[in-house]
Amino acid sequence: MTQDGVNKGRRRFLYIATGAMGAVGAVGVATPFVRSWYPSEKAKAIGAPVTVDISSLEPGEMRIVEWRGKPVFVVRRTEETISTLRSEELMERLVDPRSQVESQQPEYAQNLVRSRSPELLVVEGVCTHLGCSPQFIPSVEPQSFDENWLGGFFCPCHGSRFDMAGRVFSGVPAPTNLVVPPHMIEGSMLTIGEDTV
Amino acid sequence: MSTNKPAFMQWLDQRLPVTNAYEKHMSKYYAPVNLNFWYVFGLLATLVFANQILTGIWLTMSFVPSAEDAFGSVEYIMRDVQMGWLIRYMHSTGASFFFIVVYLHMFRGIMYGSYKKPRELIWVFGMFIYLVLMAEGFMGYVLPWGQMSYWGAQVIISLFGAIPVIGDGLTEWIRGDFLISGITLNRFFALHVIALPLVLALLVVLHILALHEVGSNNPDGIDIKKHKDEQGKPLDGIPFHPYYTLGKLPMIILFLFVFCGVIFFFPEMGGYFLEHANFEPANPLKTPEHIAPTWYYGAFYSILRAVPDKLMGVIAMGAAIAILFILPWLDKSPVLSWRYKGWMSKTAIIVFALAFIMLTYLGGQPVNDLNTWLARIGAIIYFGFFLLMPIYTRMETTKPVPERVSAK
Repeated sequence: MTQDGVNKGRRRFLYIATGAMGAVGAVGVATPFVRSWYPSEKAKAIGAPVTVDISSLEPGEMRIVEWRGKPVFVVRRTEETISTLRSEELMERLVDPRSQVESQQPEYAQNLVRSRSPELLVVEGVCTHLGCSPQFIPSVEPQSFDENWLGGFFCPCHGSRFDMAGRVFSGVPAPTNLVVPPHMIEGSMLTIGEDTV
Repeated sequence: MSTNKPAFMQWLDQRLPVTNAYEKHMSKYYAPVNLNFWYVFGLLATLVFANQILTGIWLTMSFVPSAEDAFGSVEYIMRDVQMGWLIRYMHSTGASFFFIVVYLHMFRGIMYGSYKKPRELIWVFGMFIYLVLMAEGFMGYVLPWGQMSYWGAQVIISLFGAIPVIGDGLTEWIRGDFLISGITLNRFFALHVIALPLVLALLVVLHILALHEVGSNNPDGIDIKKHKDEQGKPLDGIPFHPYYTLGKLPMIILFLFVFCGVIFFFPEMGGYFLEHANFEPANPLKTPEHIAPTWYYGAFYSILRAVPDKLMGVIAMGAAIAILFILPWLDKSPVLSWRYKGWMSKTAIIVFALAFIMLTYLGGQPVNDLNTWLARIGAIIYFGFFLLMPIYTRMETTKPVPERVSAK
């Protein structure tokens, strides 16, 4: 085939224009396939708040409440625990003792004990490293993973440690404190997933 | 082509290149005469792949991919489906053996420099196969919906959450939910039984086509195409079929003995092939005491755990896999096989293999100070092997490579 008299510039323009249109089309076709992977309406609807009665929760005890399929740890802390949480000795071993990373708790839990009322801890039992559920180890005694253990949570997956306020220790893989979910307390009823009536 | 073919073959060949393909890939594909037992693992990987496809199809006939029924349907396969236990054990044992033969196949490539010019693409396709195989194995492990399935999925998918900015949205997109749920299980089922096997089959075809274009390497790393007879047939080559097909039959039978031995006597392999925590149904509220990936991801999991920072750990793990892809361009040695490389390369390959085995072992062990430090040493050796390769392969003196292979 002869190439005489071919307008190369116009031909190149047509190649590019056709290619660009094809790319737009490909993106368009990909859209439904990509979109269908996002959480469905049904999955979104399941995240309703849960309410539990915590009057039988003893000091030092933990209860696991399921919210949005995640374990939420509810702990009634003892007086000693609360004073330990406020001690300098503990705080200097933590990454973010004053809860300055805002994404990890609502405003009302941005205090040293990370809670609405000092004795009641409500945190998501989901390690901020890779999502395992940490173990609750409240006893103040040396552990294989920490000689100077003051009570808290230990993640068995990769050894991250958190104190009794869900604050992460330095030198562990988890980057941030455990998440405090939105919650509210009315008498002995605790509601998780909602903080205003 | 010969004219004394049966009429039917002539008819067929005019419409489909059957004889042509058979000669190109089997009877006139010349493989070096000196291939040793290390060269059987590619063939064995194909065999295991066929086993996985066949048993996998049969498993889908009884498996129910939903959060409510998945665990129960696996129990149903194990107890009620006639010989279902055998089909499942063939599949689960096949998964581990797939990785065993692939690891040995890759190590063969490293020893004899099979990744070097002109075989770079074969190695790269092979690495894609390995990558898809890891995804395939991971998603398959989620399907029985036991405790380890659930928490393994939780950890692996959370890895993507370490990516800045888009991480959280990305994990949600992969899961299709705010946590691992039946939705995740369902899509992993689709990917495990349809999408990834198709990709895998395509990659295997590319891997073999690229191999047959340049021809097999051999333990001496000698190019057998340099010396040909009058008909253009390599003097040091023999036809792939029947020498390396029927000729390898004893090796295949030996492999099947071991494979069947595991299926019938040690299908759980002491918790390495089927982890004990997975005999408990998935419980989203409780992580098992000791969570570990299946053994074949152990090395990369160790590297992840060795780094005391989330993002850096994920990057290190990703880099450990990615660096394998560029191996062909890291090796600057003038020779292919370690037989003619210097002592530095030989030592590096052996130390690397030992470090890889140690990391694999540590991946299944609990976190403590000693294990963490061992994993760090292993990770440094792992990366050192690759990153220092351009230096030590240039520095060392190599031995002269003979012109013809030293066939036994």
